[in-house]
Amino acid sequence: MREAVDTPGFLPMERFQQLLDLLSQSGYRCVAPQVKDSALLFETIEHINALPRGIEQTQAPGHYRLQQTDSPRHFSWANGPQALKPLTFAPRENLWYSEVTADGGLRFREAPTETEPLAVIGVRSCDLAALKLQEQHFQGGQVDPYFLARRQRLFLVAISCTHPADTCFCAATGDGPEVRNDFDISLYETDRGYFVSAGSINGEKIVQRLSLETGDPKAFSQARKEVADSAARQSRQLPGENLQHSLFTNLDHPRWQEVAERCLSCGNCTQVCPTCFCHSENDVPDVSGVKTGHERQWDSCFSPGHSYLHGITLRQETSQRYRQWLTHKFGSWHEQYGRSGCVGCGRCIAWCPVGIDPTEELAAICSPSTGKAD
Amino acid sequence: MNPYLPLEAEVVERIQETPSIVTLRLRLTDADARHRFYCAPGQFNMLYLYGVGEVPISIKSGPQGFLDQTLLLDHTIRAVGRVTRALVRLQPGDRLGLRGPYGQGWPMQRARGEDVHIITGGLGCAPAVSVVHDLMRQRELYGHISVVQGVKHADDLIWHEQYEHWAQQPDTRVLLAADEASASWHWHTGMVTGLLDKLQLQPDRAIAFLCGPEPMMRASAERLIELGLGADRIWLSMERNMQCAVGHCGHCQFGAAFICRDGPVFNYPQVRDLLGTRGF
Ligand SMILES: Cc1cc2nc3c(=O)[nH]c(=O)nc-3n(C[C@H](O)[C@H](O)[C@H](O)COP(=O)(O)OP(=O)(O)OC[C@H]3O[C@@H](n4cnc5c(N)ncnc54)[C@H](O)[C@@H]3O)c2cc1C
Ligand code: SF4
Ligand code: SF4
Ligand code: FES
Repeated sequence: MREAVDTPGFLPMERFQQLLDLLSQSGYRCVAPQVKDSALLFETIEHINALPRGIEQTQAPGHYRLQQTDSPRHFSWANGPQALKPLTFAPRENLWYSEVTADGGLRFREAPTETEPLAVIGVRSCDLAALKLQEQHFQGGQVDPYFLARRQRLFLVAISCTHPADTCFCAATGDGPEVRNDFDISLYETDRGYFVSAGSINGEKIVQRLSLETGDPKAFSQARKEVADSAARQSRQLPGENLQHSLFTNLDHPRWQEVAERCLSCGNCTQVCPTCFCHSENDVPDVSGVKTGHERQWDSCFSPGHSYLHGITLRQETSQRYRQWLTHKFGSWHEQYGRSGCVGCGRCIAWCPVGIDPTEELAAICSPSTGKAD
Repeated sequence: MNPYLPLEAEVVERIQETPSIVTLRLRLTDADARHRFYCAPGQFNMLYLYGVGEVPISIKSGPQGFLDQTLLLDHTIRAVGRVTRALVRLQPGDRLGLRGPYGQGWPMQRARGEDVHIITGGLGCAPAVSVVHDLMRQRELYGHISVVQGVKHADDLIWHEQYEHWAQQPDTRVLLAADEASASWHWHTGMVTGLLDKLQLQPDRAIAFLCGPEPMMRASAERLIELGLGADRIWLSMERNMQCAVGHCGHCQFGAAFICRDGPVFNYPQVRDLLGTRGF
């Protein structure tokens, strides 16, 4: 993978279908964001008409709305509730099956891994950063074969953001809004079309076959400027780059109690967060009585079972669960994976039913004036 | 290699230790897997019961200690809930799933040449028993050994003969405590921490292994420090909800540590700050 530097070739808007066609001829099923249930979700796409043309959005704490505009663009919005996470770490998936044999033995069989080649159109820079963190988690130590297979089949068509939401703070975490690496194809959108560059050998194979025009350097620098300007419009900040020490020296801060009075402990934030990896495992018996599947499904540190030990739930109180979420995401993550677990996508802010904003909570807990100094 | 896939194991023997505690002696049915299996005191396996679920259980070693681990693996299980209640009902010949071994065990290398004090609380603390077995197997490698075990009620103590046997070994002391004594109880009555003053601790040549409920481990560790032992000479075995045992499911996190992978045995300074903090 390498960075996009020179002026890339230009794909006029009306030729975008070519990209979808080439990918599908190369064996990929394409998914792209589409309007569904009043949100933008990755769905299978065959024709460019299904793209969210002219859709813009407003996001605010506890708020997510789409609007139709007459803009010719397809990607003039920030994100939907899903990142790449459900495509690589399935919300629910079988790990293995066990079977009782005729002689009373037990046989274990691996569940098949997902291998269908999948091209994802419209991946954001924060999504790529989150994917990298999930790779560190699921492939860094013991390799998770299910994650690995789902990851390896992906072809990533990324796009730099020009319309971040009010909730976005990827500029503060250093994860966006410009796509820099870890993509197969990168796009910059303008009213007329796309600047297209390849970031991998697979990406190169597709880009070579597109009928690209020579890119106009002035138009390209204008497109990049739009992205840079959009970064400058982001207002949310974090009170520091590494909050681990600050959070763990403020475990008794009164703010934990205050936020718990609003928090519903619903776990929405962890479900939409593209880096949360927690899951639980359970057996799903087959009607036959001699076969059972062992599956995993997403879990959350907001669920009572997360901290259950025979007879006790270590995190009974909402304040303790909220504290686990923040101390892990913005604290321990540094020690575990060398950086914060937050890529600044803002999903947890928009999808929180009561509009709790972690950046505000962190400011209250970690800033030297209220919390114990770093 | 799929890290989640269990291997088939067979119950070779079932030992009823108390009405609710059973030791299952297990053997992997696949000979190759048996010979590849190498584990150390303090590590654990995930035991899976068909159609019920999977739980972490410490490896207590086989009847001959960790030498014959490739053949027989003892697991002492206390029936507390859904999976463990079903596990203790298994009978010789029954099959179950086993994957492991997992985690970091006791620092046996560090303990060489040192006095080893093993301090445990609660019922049948398997990680502690496994380590004593291993110390006794190569008794000459270590200095003085003391085994301190606390139980709530005198009747809760299992492995009486084992403790009596250890007490007979050269340069080895066994100190037992019960919060509530019985008529025949000739040991200490009270908390296990009350016995620590009797350890004849030589801080420059001692190492302590702790296992049991967290308040007891914390109180013991802090008392040992007051008695002059360096915090880095204290090790303890931790427990949290575990689903995967390979550092993926996130349930066992304790601050930044994944107990399944970075523990369950930790050096005290690694966990000292957070131990005893409600909610972690
Ligand atoms: C490293 C380690 C070593 C252990 N060694 C032993 C041992 O040698 N002998 C023994 O009797 N017990 C041991 N335990 C505790 C044992 O794992 C729990 O008693 C068991 O998981 C309870 O399961 P259950 O379904 O019977 O109980 P339930 O109360 O029905 O629990 C439901 C589920 O919660 C989880 N859970 C509950 N309690 C625990 C717990 N303490 N630790 C981890 N997960 C839990 C499990 O997934 C369990 O299936 C150990 C735990 C750990 C973490
Ligand atoms: S913590 Fe919130 S803003 Fe950060 S990556 Fe997760 S969902 Fe996005
Ligand atoms: S502990 Fe909470 S914050 Fe951390 S990964 Fe799990 S669900 Fe996300
Ligand atoms: S038990 Fe799953 S991460 Fe430790």
